[in-house]
Amino acid sequence: MLEIITFSTLNGVLYGMVLFMLASGLTLIFSMMGVLNFAHASFYMLGAYFGFEISRRIGFWPAFILAPILVGIVGALVERFGLRRVHKFGHVPELLFTFGLAFVIEEVVQMIWGKLPADYRVPPSLDFTAFRLFDTTYPAYKMFMLLVAIGMFVALLVVLNRTRVGLIIQASLTHPHTVAMLGHDVPTVFMAVFGAGSALAGLAGVIAGPAFVTQPAMAALLGPILFVVIVVGGLGSLAGAFVASLLIGLVQTFAVAVNGSLSDLLGPSAADWFGDLGTVSVAQIAPIIPYFLLVLVLIIKPTGLFGTRES
Amino acid sequence: MSALGKLAPWIVFAILLAIAPYIFTSGTSRTMLSIMALSIIFALSYNMLLGQTGLLSFGHAVYYGLGGFVAIHAMNTIIRNKYAIPLPVIPLVGGAAGLLFGVIFGSVSTRRAGTTFSMISLGLGELVASSALILRTFFGGEEGVTTNRARLAPFFGYKFGSQVEVYYLIACWCLVCVVAMYAITRTPFGRMCNAVRENPERAEFVGYSARMVRFIAFSLAGLFAGIAGALAALNFEIMNTQSIGAVQSGLVLLMTFVGGAGTFIGPIIGAVLVTYLQVTLSDVTGAWQLYFGLLFIVVVMYSPGGIAGWLALHEPLYRGRQLGKLVPAYAINAVPLIVMIAGGILLIELAFWALVKSETEGPETSIFHVAMNTHSVWPWIAAVVLFFGGAFGLNRTWPLVQDAWGSALARIREQPA
Amino acid sequence: MTALSLQNVTKSFGQMEIIRGVTLDVPPGERHAVIGPNGAGKSTLFNLISGRFGISSGSIRLEEQEISGLTPYEINRRGLSRSFQVTNIFPRLSVYENIRCAVLWSLGYKYSFWRGVDGLADARERSEDIMERIGLAARRRDQAGVLTYAEQRALEIGVTIAGGARVILLDEPMAGMSRSETENAVALVRRVTEGKTLLMVEHDMGVVFGLADRISVLVYGKIIASDTPQRIRENAAVKEAYLGQAAH
Repeated sequence: MLEIITFSTLNGVLYGMVLFMLASGLTLIFSMMGVLNFAHASFYMLGAYFGFEISRRIGFWPAFILAPILVGIVGALVERFGLRRVHKFGHVPELLFTFGLAFVIEEVVQMIWGKLPADYRVPPSLDFTAFRLFDTTYPAYKMFMLLVAIGMFVALLVVLNRTRVGLIIQASLTHPHTVAMLGHDVPTVFMAVFGAGSALAGLAGVIAGPAFVTQPAMAALLGPILFVVIVVGGLGSLAGAFVASLLIGLVQTFAVAVNGSLSDLLGPSAADWFGDLGTVSVAQIAPIIPYFLLVLVLIIKPTGLFGTRES
Repeated sequence: MSALGKLAPWIVFAILLAIAPYIFTSGTSRTMLSIMALSIIFALSYNMLLGQTGLLSFGHAVYYGLGGFVAIHAMNTIIRNKYAIPLPVIPLVGGAAGLLFGVIFGSVSTRRAGTTFSMISLGLGELVASSALILRTFFGGEEGVTTNRARLAPFFGYKFGSQVEVYYLIACWCLVCVVAMYAITRTPFGRMCNAVRENPERAEFVGYSARMVRFIAFSLAGLFAGIAGALAALNFEIMNTQSIGAVQSGLVLLMTFVGGAGTFIGPIIGAVLVTYLQVTLSDVTGAWQLYFGLLFIVVVMYSPGGIAGWLALHEPLYRGRQLGKLVPAYAINAVPLIVMIAGGILLIELAFWALVKSETEGPETSIFHVAMNTHSVWPWIAAVVLFFGGAFGLNRTWPLVQDAWGSALARIREQPA
Repeated sequence: MTALSLQNVTKSFGQMEIIRGVTLDVPPGERHAVIGPNGAGKSTLFNLISGRFGISSGSIRLEEQEISGLTPYEINRRGLSRSFQVTNIFPRLSVYENIRCAVLWSLGYKYSFWRGVDGLADARERSEDIMERIGLAARRRDQAGVLTYAEQRALEIGVTIAGGARVILLDEPMAGMSRSETENAVALVRRVTEGKTLLMVEHDMGVVFGLADRISVLVYGKIIASDTPQRIRENAAVKEAYLGQAAH
C-alpha cells in the first residue's frame, strides 16, 4: 500500500511536471500575445520525434540540446510567416490557425514516421535503476526527467523574477496592452516568445518521448488535458498552471493505480444498478478524470483556481 | 422587396433539393447528396454558435452524435416492440436528445465566453467521447450500434429501404430545418445573438443577459445538431464513436468556416463542398486529410470570411455593375495560381507516395495521369519549380487585382447615388 | 422619492481606495453634472452605479430600490441606462439594428425566438422615432462602424435612451468633439433628456454650466461640493482643486 502511494506520488509529480513544462509555455504565449496555441502539444510531439531521429543518428545528449532548438526555430518561423498574418483578423482566426496547424503537423508526422509508435529508447547512459523501495525499482531516467523539469521550473522563476525580460513578461501577464506600448519591438518580441515557448514544449517532448509513448497521436491525446490544466488553473496564471498540472498529474496517476471499481465496493449487484458504470474500474476512467475536474471547477469557480483575467 | 422576391431563394433551394437525385443518378452520388443534405443542417446548427453568437465550439459533434445514438436506439426499440411509429418521426427523437444535452452541457459551458468557452467545449467533447468507449451498452463499443430502417412501420406505403427514398426524407427535413434556422435569425432572440457577438457588454447594458442568450443559442444549436445526427443514423444504419469525437467536431468547424461563418448561406456552401471533397478525394489520394488541413489554414490566412465572405465582398461591385472590370485581372492571376497549386499537389503526392506507399507498392506511381518514379529526381524538381514558379508569378501579377479593385471602387464612388 | 441616491459609497481596488465615501441625491427630472480633475474617480462612480463593478460598502438606490450588487442587465431593466466614454455600440450592425436591439427588452420581447422581429410594429416605430431624434434616420442602413465619430457618439446616446430608461447616465458624451459638433450634441442631449433624470460626467465647462441644474465636484473619490452652477463657480474649495488646470 505504502509502495503504491510512494511510486504513484513520484509518477504523478513527474507527469504533472511534464504537464507544467507544456502549460507554462502555453501560458506565457497566451499572456503576451493573447493567442491560445492549439499546436503547442504538436510542438511537444515534434520535440519527441526530432529527439528520436537525432538520438538514432548521433546520440541522446546532442538530441537533448538540438531538438528543442529546432522546435524553437519551427515555432519562430510559424509565428513570423503564419500567425503574424492572421493576427490582424482577431483572436478567433488566430486560434483557428493554430488548430489547423496542429492538424497539419499530425498528418505530416504520420506521413514521415508512420502510424505506429517510434522506438525511442532511453539512452544507455541513463538506463539503470535509481533506487529500490519495497521490492520495486524506480528507473534513473525518470529521476533525470524530474531533474530537468525542476531545473526548467527554477530557471523560469529566476528569469521571471530577476531579469528585465522576466519583468516584462510578468507585466504582460496582467497588462498585455501596456507592455506593447512600452516601446519594445513588439513583432520581434512575439516571435521570440513564441519560439521560446515552442522550444520549451520541444524540450518536454525530447525527454518525455522515451518514457511515455512516441506516436503521432501523442499530441491529440495530451492537447485537451493541457487545455484543461490551463482553464482549471486560470487563464494567464503561471501559479495556477503549476498547481493544476500537479493536481491533474497526481489524480490521474493515483486513479490508474487504485484500480478498484464500484462492483468491488458494492458487490455484483452494482452492475444491475449502474450498468456499465458499475463494472468499469477507476483505472479505466482515469483518462477522463481531468474533464470531470474541469466541469467541477467551472461550476464552483468559473475563472479557475487562480484566474482573474477575463479572456 | 416583393413577397415573391423574398421567397425566390427558398423556392430555388426546394427545387434543387427535389431534382438533385435525378441529375446525379448513381448510387454513390445519391448517398453523397444525402450526406450533403444532413451536413447542411449540422453546419447551420454550428453556425448558430459561431457566426451568429460568436461562440467557437470544438465539441459540437457531441450533440450530433448523441442525437444519432438516441435515435438509433429508438429505432431498435420500435422495431423490437413493433410500435406504430414511422421513420420520418425519428429525427424528432434525435432533436429532443440534442436539445436535452444542449441544455445540460450548455448550463455549464456558457458560463464563460471567448477562449475559455472554446476550451470548455473541447474538454466536454473529450469527456463524452471517452465516456462513449466505457459505456459499451449504449455506445456499442468499437463496433457501434446498427439498425435497419426498413423494418419500421411503413409511412404511406414507403419503407425507405432505397437510397432515393431516404434522400427525400433527409431533404424534407433539411428544408424544414434550414427554414426554421433562418427564421430564428429574424427574431428578437436572433438579433440579440448578433448583438452579443458584437459587444456582449453593451448587450447587458440594454437589458439582456449575455449568458442567457448564449445558453439559449447553445441549446437550440444542440437541437438541430441532434436532428442531423438522427438523419445520419437512419442514413447509414450504424452509429459509432466516430460521430461523437474530435474529428467530427473538427469537420463541422471546417465546413462552416470554409463556407463562410459570416453569412447564412456560407455553411450550406461549406457543407456541400467539404462533403464532396471528402467523398471524392479519399478515392484519389491518400493524403486527403492533409489537404483538408492545408485548405483550412489557407482559408484562415487569406479569406477568414470563407467562400461566402469572399463572394459577399463583390456585392458593391455587382450593384455598381463594375464586376466585369475584375475579370481580366482574375483571369491573369488564375494562371500562376493554378501552376502553384499543381506544383504543391505534385509535391505532396510524391512525398506521400515515397514515404508511405513505396515500401509496399514500389516507387512507380501516376499523378495527374502521368507516370512518375518517386526515386527519380525529375518529378521532384518539376514539383518544386512549378510551386515556387507559380508563387513567384502570383506575387508579380497580384497588383493587377489590387489595381482593378481600386479603379472599380473609384468608379462606383463617382456614380450618382 | 429621489431618482438616484448614493449613501456613503466606497470602492477599493486592492489597497487603493478610489471612491472614499460618496453621498449624492438626485431628484427626478434633474440634470446633474459630475465634474472633477482627472483621476478623481468619475468613471469609476458610473461603473459602480451601473453595476459594472461592485461597491465595497455603502448603498446605491434607484427610485428607492437598492441596486448595488445587481448585474448590469438587472439594473437596466429597472430603468437606468448609461452611455460610455469610449463608444460602445454594435459595430457590424446597422444603425437601425443598433437602436432596435436597445428597444427590444423594454417592449417585453425578451428572448423570444418564435416571433419575427421585422413584423414587430412597436419596435419599428420606436426605433424610427429614436433615429429621428438623434438625427441619424438618413443613415439607418449604414453599418455603425463606418459612421463618423460624432455620428457614433450620437448613436451611443441613442442606444442609451432607446429603452426608455428614466435615469440616464452619460459618460463624457462630448468627448473628442469639435466646437460645432459639441453645440449640436448639447442640443441633442437637452432634447432627449426632457422629463428624465440625467447624471452626466463632462470636462467641457461650457457644456456643464449650460446644461446642468446642479453640479457635484468629485476630488480624490470624495464630493467636495454639490450645488447650483453659480455657487459652484464661486466656491473657494472648487477653485483650489482646479488651480493649475486649464479650462477646456
